[in-house]
Amino acid sequence: MSTIDAAQTTKMMTGADILVQSLVNHGVEVIFAYPGGCSMPLHQALTRFGQSIRTILPRHEQGGAFAAQGYARSTGKVGVVMATSGPGATNLVTAIADAKLDSVPLVCITGQVPTTVIGTDAFQETPIVEVCRGITKHHYLVTDVKDMARVVKEAFYIANTGRPGPVIIDLPKDVQLDSTEADFDVPMQLPGYRPHRPPVPESALRQIAAAVRRAKRPVVYAGGGVMGSDSAPQLREFLRITGIPCTTTVMGLGLVPADDPLSLDMLGMHGSAYANYAVRDCDLLIALGVRFDDRVTGHVESFAKGAKIVHIDLDASELNKNKVAHISVCGEVGQALESLNRFVQPPEDISDWVNHCLELKAKHPFHYDESFDGILQQHAIRTLSQMTAEMDAYVTVGVGQHQMWAAQFFKFDRPRTWHSSSGLGTMGFGLPSAMGVQAAHPGALVIDIDGDGSFQMNIQELATCHCENLPVKVLLLNNQHLGMVVQWEDRFMGRNRAHTYLGPIHHDEAAGPSDADRFAYARERYPNFVQIAKGYGCGAATVRRKADLEAALSEMISYPGPFVLDVEVPYQEHVLPMIPSGHTVDDMILE
Amino acid sequence: MSESSKRHVLSALVQNVPGVLAHISGMLASRGYNIHSLAVGETENPLLSRMTFVIVGDDRIHQQVNKQLQKIVTVVEVQDISSKDYVERDLALIKVRAPSGGPRSEIRELVDIFRGRIVDVGPDEIMVEISGRENKVKAFIDRIAPFGITELARTGRIAMVRSAEMTEVEECPIAETA
Repeated sequence: MSTIDAAQTTKMMTGADILVQSLVNHGVEVIFAYPGGCSMPLHQALTRFGQSIRTILPRHEQGGAFAAQGYARSTGKVGVVMATSGPGATNLVTAIADAKLDSVPLVCITGQVPTTVIGTDAFQETPIVEVCRGITKHHYLVTDVKDMARVVKEAFYIANTGRPGPVIIDLPKDVQLDSTEADFDVPMQLPGYRPHRPPVPESALRQIAAAVRRAKRPVVYAGGGVMGSDSAPQLREFLRITGIPCTTTVMGLGLVPADDPLSLDMLGMHGSAYANYAVRDCDLLIALGVRFDDRVTGHVESFAKGAKIVHIDLDASELNKNKVAHISVCGEVGQALESLNRFVQPPEDISDWVNHCLELKAKHPFHYDESFDGILQQHAIRTLSQMTAEMDAYVTVGVGQHQMWAAQFFKFDRPRTWHSSSGLGTMGFGLPSAMGVQAAHPGALVIDIDGDGSFQMNIQELATCHCENLPVKVLLLNNQHLGMVVQWEDRFMGRNRAHTYLGPIHHDEAAGPSDADRFAYARERYPNFVQIAKGYGCGAATVRRKADLEAALSEMISYPGPFVLDVEVPYQEHVLPMIPSGHTVDDMILE
Repeated sequence: MSESSKRHVLSALVQNVPGVLAHISGMLASRGYNIHSLAVGETENPLLSRMTFVIVGDDRIHQQVNKQLQKIVTVVEVQDISSKDYVERDLALIKVRAPSGGPRSEIRELVDIFRGRIVDVGPDEIMVEISGRENKVKAFIDRIAPFGITELARTGRIAMVRSAEMTEVEECPIAETA
């Protein structure tokens, strides 16, 4: 073969180009990437593929990683984020841990110092793979450009098969610059990774069907595993056939339409009283794609104590981990339900039980003081939910009281429209994840329902929203406090304020025992969010009077660009019901 | 050890790539599992290594360790061999105080009984190599300890399931009763 022939049949490419070409090959449309010394070749390569991949520059790497999560959570596709070595890489860590706990498919690409200086404490060197081992599904340090195409292929495969999760690829700068013949059809080397489970054996499904048939007081408890595998249709069909009431975890909101009479809404620490009572009293708990998290179970031994438990999950290690199930099935929940739906029969007679659940639901609805003439957080969320009911709307949240109220009062009818940092509980999740949702759904209404504490943890992303034309709306429930911690102080710590006030420390609210009224507002407001938002080029307004709320929400919704609606709310409102940590439903605080 | 706590031997085949040991030991530590012994080495296939774990805990812990190991991408296969007929070995190197003119012959006798070997002789101490089941090695250490152990190193347990028709000639009956 002449040299000319060889040049035609083999294509020499740099590591950076192989990486970006691989991203294109894997259908990546958007990448959130913040450059630095050790990732510059990657960014240069991204400019060569600008037609195929939109590169969005966040204003903090954590913002980029949460945006990638928003993209992934709302589409089911792999989210991609890129950062440079050292601090760029460590700034991803929180969002990676978050993606691991909520099983979000993410590929995180980090620049690394050249292989020749790895281990010398070089400038901006951190051993990010070492740092991330326990919080990733898998991780790679690529030391040879010949491995590049294979590693990227494996990373996408691992991130989005089986139980999804984050994968990190650490790329030393010399590997990015080195060249090789690119082979994108290279076989993967994953002898130990077998994500595809065999179908759930019919014998196990027959057992479940028999348990359903015999049940007198059954409840379905569904969560992120159903969402992540896009199995809501199979779940809804199962519920339609059997007529069994269904509660979901915070990860499962939207699996069942909120207005379905048999939806018991969310269960757990701040779940509905009716869901928690139903689980306490049920004789069959059908747990689908869930992990019996402590925020769901409280005192785990007492959780669904009298019930026979059926547990279906793709991850074998979740079975019998926190709670022993009577029938535990490792498999894909959608496939299992689809098979089960072919022959499962409704329970013989559960009309008394269903009526009991409906009565509980009527007796203990989520509620708040509607007579208050200011705006309560719950009221703002409920109003927004009603006003956007017919729209293509997506909601993200930060972490704290506003998050739980959004889970309680916003009505979700479709999967993947509600996005919350559920397992890790990361403040600052709301705005950047909304950005990612917006990038994936340019025409949709994307709202970050946030608190003033959480919002300030990634407030810099307003710049990204403005500069990248991401018209995210922020409903800022501004109570000047870290409300959830205040609530715990009020309930369990003698109302002693311990660094939970977000204004200047010489204010009365800042320290000491509080004697504030239920509807107290912080006297002075800090910072001025409207000025900040406008400074970033976003629209902004403040609203305090209940009568002005709808008009203010309308302005926000119809604003053509990103918008922050600063809603002044009191700070002594508590999220109820509440089952104190480690307690049981019988200790539930209702008022 | 509580009544439900049992000793389990797990044998895992893992990809021979950098970081696997750190990944696995980190996972075990972060989940709070109690690992009595962990040994690792290459296999007949240079792409794979064999890790042998001895864990103590109830069935639930043992199942969790097994499942969590299987979840690690570079772990190819995990076998619980405790319930099978298997051979288990532990190798120890032990330096014992043995000044010339002292109890050298007594030590040598003990080493012979346990089928160990003296692998180094210094002016004041000797080094003994001993291998066998955990109990045997422990029994030997107990017997030799009164002479004064100055240094001790152990490999950790390695184990392998027997072929069906093969039987092992137990090398030291004392170890089994110790």
